[in-house]
Amino acid sequence: MISFTDVTKVYPGGTTAVGGLSLVAPTGKITVLVGPSGCGKTTSLRMINRMIEPTSGTIEIDGRDTATLDPNELRRGIGYVIQSGGLFPHRTILDNVATVPLLLGWSRTRSRQVAAELLERVGLAPELGKRYPNQLSGGQQQRVGVARALAADPPVMLMDEPFSAVDPVVREQLQDEFLRLQAELGKTIVFVTHDIDEAIKLGDQVAVLRVGGVLVQLASPAKLLADPHDDFVADFLGRDRGYRGLAFAAAPELPLRDEPVVLLGSPVADGARIAAGDRWVLVVDEARSPLGWAEPEVLTGVIDRHHLHRGGTVARLGGSLRAALDAALSSPSRRGVLVDDDGSLVGTVRAQDVLAAIERRPEGAPA
Amino acid sequence: MNLLWDWLSDPANWDGPYGIPVRVVEHLGYSAVTLVLAALIGIPLGLWIGHTGRGRVLVVNLVNGMRSVPTLGLLFVAVLVVGPLLGGDIAFLVPSIFVLVVLAVPPILAGAYAGVEGVDPGARDAARGMGMRPAEVLVRVEVPCAMPLIFSGLRSAALQVVATATLAASVSLGGLGRFLIDGQAYRDYGQMAGGALLVAALAMLVDLVFAGVQRLVVSPGLSPVRATRRDRRRQPTGVLDAAVAHQT
Repeated sequence: MISFTDVTKVYPGGTTAVGGLSLVAPTGKITVLVGPSGCGKTTSLRMINRMIEPTSGTIEIDGRDTATLDPNELRRGIGYVIQSGGLFPHRTILDNVATVPLLLGWSRTRSRQVAAELLERVGLAPELGKRYPNQLSGGQQQRVGVARALAADPPVMLMDEPFSAVDPVVREQLQDEFLRLQAELGKTIVFVTHDIDEAIKLGDQVAVLRVGGVLVQLASPAKLLADPHDDFVADFLGRDRGYRGLAFAAAPELPLRDEPVVLLGSPVADGARIAAGDRWVLVVDEARSPLGWAEPEVLTGVIDRHHLHRGGTVARLGGSLRAALDAALSSPSRRGVLVDDDGSLVGTVRAQDVLAAIERRPEGAPA
Repeated sequence: MNLLWDWLSDPANWDGPYGIPVRVVEHLGYSAVTLVLAALIGIPLGLWIGHTGRGRVLVVNLVNGMRSVPTLGLLFVAVLVVGPLLGGDIAFLVPSIFVLVVLAVPPILAGAYAGVEGVDPGARDAARGMGMRPAEVLVRVEVPCAMPLIFSGLRSAALQVVATATLAASVSLGGLGRFLIDGQAYRDYGQMAGGALLVAALAMLVDLVFAGVQRLVVSPGLSPVRATRRDRRRQPTGVLDAAVAHQT
């Protein structure tokens, strides 16, 4: 647990970067600091590992006041990931990742072994270990940055806009993998971003800061979307808050319908028969995984992959209301496809049924 | 051309205590002593300034100021001032080395300074953030990353020193400068041209040796050829870089 108690940072010249910040980042959770530039989010982050010294107030990690610790010892026990990656250009990827273990005095063999395991863990091929940072893509460099921060298995990780320098597709990939990794590792993470969507996607709790380092609201993403504290937070969150909030609402029992299906490669005539007068028929593979919708009336021969309409999204049973609603809205047959955890079809749901479920939620409930 | 060839191909010139090999060794000796001293002054000072950011103005002024010092004039002044305090060859050797060191320090200093200052701020920040002490940041990150520019400073200093070490002969010392001074005195143009050619060849050879050492010492991760993606290292620009480039 990291706790800020009335922490301020005033720079010489009188600029207040952080003004009386008090918040707690719980153990094993991701706390996201988000806000416009100049809101002191990076300064707050860097005060945790004393890259910046607070002007007043205390920061404690698991009850120990950081001001009483040796800054270098403190930093060796905290993972640190920055936007530019900050990899050492003169060292191989493997040696970059082994940096902190070596600083801690581990043997070279053990450090490299741990580094190799971590590369695999963040989804990098082992042979990349021998390369140098300038031979890697931006996304790969960020993965190395994360691996390097994890190398000595620190309980606390500080991440300063780690994914903002890569393109949107890679960013989303990195975010998903980061969440998967965190589900395995359960680190106490403080994460800084200026991107509210990223904050909502990654945060267990989100702290919205205003210029001058003032905490405006600290809440779960769902609560934030459902009940912004003031106009500033509401504006910062942007549009579609109601719809985005559904992502955090687990879908209750939805009235599922059995969906007639046809196997890929069947004759179109079979499809037409199974559709029984309906315009669309759902095509599945041998494992009953939905592949897409086909329109038997306009097809001839056998149902082939390139005949399939792929516009419909697929929702997982027990997933969020947003995913279920989106599956229904995006389906050409207006029937949203639901699958189980193995990806095989369990049935379809209509938008009106999802909406009815949304309507049935208690009024004003955040999630 | 004929005179030059006659002089170079005369076996007598390659033999004895005043032969070409002896002069080359003397010349290399002056140059080596000078470079070691200049590196001992320039590299630590440059690293310190680059690391702390203090004394930048000093570097800029020193580098530009030193380049306008008339080397030969300084040598005569130094001999006049220091010479009487010492005896024998030392009376000339010390001022000569001193003048050459004055010449060699600025490019070495500028290279070391620009090298450290040009290290990716992200790498430096990450190094601190992972708990490296200031000395560890310098030794493990800044110096290795600065190596290409440290070498560029050393190489330009070496070229200059090898070329300028000829002036030791003008105060009665040895080295390849002897052939220039003596050749002029005897109007032996073959000897003068031969001496000049040897100086140029020696300078290039020394540079080649440095280039070889550089390949061994500098991490391949820093070589721009392999930077297929965006080059992450900030290229140092401005007056110092220009100074280094100018002197090369």
